Amino acid sequence: MNALTPPQYARTYRYDEIDREFLQERIAEFRGQIERRLAGELTEDEFKPLRLMNGLYLQLHAYMLRVAIPYGLLNSAQLRQLGRIARRWDRGFGHFTTRQNIQFNWTKLEDVPAMLEALAEVDMHAIQTSGNCIRNTTTDEYAGATPDEVVDPLVYAEILRQWSTLHPEFTWLPRKFKIAITGSPNDRVAAQVHDVGVLAKRNERGEVGFEVHAGGGLGRTPIIARKLRDWVPESEFLAYMEAVLRVYNALGQRENIYKARIKILVRDLGDEFTQMVEREYERMPRDRYRLDPDIVAAIGAHFAPPPFAALEDQELPEDPEFRAWASTSVRAHRQPGYASVTISLKPIGGIPGDASADQMEAVADLAERHSFGEIRVTHVQNLVLPHVRQEDLHALWQGLRAAGLATPNIGLISDIIACPGMDYCALATARSIPIAQRISERFASLDRQHDIGECFINISGCINACGHHHVAHIGILGVDKRGEEVYQVTLGGSATNDAAIGELIGPAFSYDTIVDAVETLITTYIAHRSPGERFIDTYRRIGVTPFKDALYAPA
Amino acid sequence: MSTKAKARPATAPVVFTANRLRDGRVVWFGTEGLWRDSIAEIAPFAPDAAEAGLALARQGERDQNVVGVYAVEVDPAGPIPLKFRERLRVQGPSVAAEAA
Amino acid sequence: MPLLEDGRLRPDDWTSIEDDAPLPEGPAIISLARLQAEAATLAGRNAPLGVAVAPETQPEEIAPFLSRLALVALRMPKSKDGRAFTQARSLREHHGFAGEIRATGHVLPDQYAMLLRCGVSTVEVPEGTRPETWARSRDAIRIGYQAAQGADHPLSLLRRKLELA
Repeated sequence: MNALTPPQYARTYRYDEIDREFLQERIAEFRGQIERRLAGELTEDEFKPLRLMNGLYLQLHAYMLRVAIPYGLLNSAQLRQLGRIARRWDRGFGHFTTRQNIQFNWTKLEDVPAMLEALAEVDMHAIQTSGNCIRNTTTDEYAGATPDEVVDPLVYAEILRQWSTLHPEFTWLPRKFKIAITGSPNDRVAAQVHDVGVLAKRNERGEVGFEVHAGGGLGRTPIIARKLRDWVPESEFLAYMEAVLRVYNALGQRENIYKARIKILVRDLGDEFTQMVEREYERMPRDRYRLDPDIVAAIGAHFAPPPFAALEDQELPEDPEFRAWASTSVRAHRQPGYASVTISLKPIGGIPGDASADQMEAVADLAERHSFGEIRVTHVQNLVLPHVRQEDLHALWQGLRAAGLATPNIGLISDIIACPGMDYCALATARSIPIAQRISERFASLDRQHDIGECFINISGCINACGHHHVAHIGILGVDKRGEEVYQVTLGGSATNDAAIGELIGPAFSYDTIVDAVETLITTYIAHRSPGERFIDTYRRIGVTPFKDALYAPA
Repeated sequence: MSTKAKARPATAPVVFTANRLRDGRVVWFGTEGLWRDSIAEIAPFAPDAAEAGLALARQGERDQNVVGVYAVEVDPAGPIPLKFRERLRVQGPSVAAEAA
Repeated sequence: MPLLEDGRLRPDDWTSIEDDAPLPEGPAIISLARLQAEAATLAGRNAPLGVAVAPETQPEEIAPFLSRLALVALRMPKSKDGRAFTQARSLREHHGFAGEIRATGHVLPDQYAMLLRCGVSTVEVPEGTRPETWARSRDAIRIGYQAAQGADHPLSLLRRKLELA
């Protein structure tokens, strides 16, 4: 078997000849655009949207290439190839993002066509990972594995991917457009803070339909989405999505970049937006957009369950260190005898979401051995092996440990989301990564982390909120104040079913004092918590005042 | 970003920075009139020469050599940018892993 | 300005007429405001009539006149402004407009194929335009995952899975 041959049972969508031909044409087109740029036939203003639609940014130190990982699903051959790309064209690292993608921070413009060729070898690309178009759809990292799932969202995520790829009408939208879809009643995709959030569900007859929310978002104007419809039948899914996008493309603001997201249009129009979508939907020639069950079945065949063995659930080995890891990293699977394993990319003092080429290869090997070659990227910048036999967990843990990937901190205070911040990003106004590193070092003791329990800290290096600080239990936003990096704190955000935007609690902290401030918040929580309460529970019960008093008390 | 240089007259000596078009690497431009990889290899423009310096630096964009020219105020000893963001641009990321 | 059609340049037979100028004998493009104001008089005119619409105009606003129009000119003030794509698709799909849809303003060759797929027929381009660049861009990607206006392939490529299966 060639290293680039996809594993037999990994449920990644398998390209056919047409998909491959399309990708080759797209690469040739971008190569031509780069040549025109270098020859001066395209100005930077003209080239910029073209390169962005191929995932290429110009950042603080270099170009950055963002590669699409469709709905966060990878097979081992693809992950291995990403490692090879990191080694050959980057500095040996890749950075997994909150959109379940991967970024290479040291890309050269003239290398990009070769990098895209390497991606195409494993049916991957960088299309629409930036630009004012429909971005990579995100979904539940435990899709197809989690016991609480009603509908496997992967098939619909792939349908959305094909539908949105170089969509002739929606490639020059007012602003970027992000869709998230989940098939579980427990929202793990932050559906309500997306441009469109979709909840796939079933009616009493067992038919699939979709609850559609629109107009959520973070950034400088965080808004919780509006529910447009409780039920869109499966066959009308794409028709309805078309209708939403048509109204947005026609009416979304284009003058002011900060008012151009769909959330502003939906907020301003309110129910009128819903009515406009409905009118468009009603008058569409719906046969043209109808998603026949046969199509769903044909795409669905790519996502058929792997051949699970008939096993029974079992007790984990006694090894205490292993058990500590398993208590945070191992999650129940719908199939008896199996489990899903989350791999932390948050080593104490490390860069959240970073993986070395060696680590990518190690995870690819372990996925082949233990998870049918299937890997997921999570929106909290970790990886998942979705289908692991419980009897293999100990061996897997040892393999992860050897690769430096067994930090037992999933869901704990050091499992931090951080955007690249000013260390890499041209837009950032403050650094994020070193704040994350210092917080995780401060709380390095695992006993202490377990005692604190579930606590989500998210850090953004500017108001654009790529680090999702608004929806963290403790959100940290770095801004520039007269040349100084300062950090604002928000409390009480949530990205799950009870989605909420965190509350800004008071004056910002300096680069030097922000970690102390986080520690003060934690000690305040510990002092006030009732048995069994998480940080967020205590915060909701006692409110912001005790935390404010502790932070801003006169010394 | 390049409009910033015009918006406010420079009060300190300035150099210009941009990214090289072909590979994106950060480059610096001073009174020598050439784009250099290292800020240490260039001499800053006096504040009253900043406007003229910008016009020279912009030629690099027209020649398809560089992208995103903007002015950076510096302490002439070094020179060292006054703002932290541009000091990061000189040093590279402040975080360890990828600097190796 | 020259006109691009089917990847080739051709002269433009149409003239754009200011609101206060008299209409010529030949094909004339007027503003939507004039079209609305002078609808009754224009009804008696025999020469082809076209309308230039702004990006914020909803196709419904020109719908009442479409049966008498031979051309609708859409304007892209900046290449990033993609409202013309939705206007064109709507004119074809909802209003069955079969005349010429022309894209004007700041249009990139890289947008040509998508404009065509949304139902645009011609592009007004600057003097000195090299049509080869446009033809190359149009043909760069021949595969579309969605159906184009005018083509009768519901859901396009998604359907191919059925034929392959």
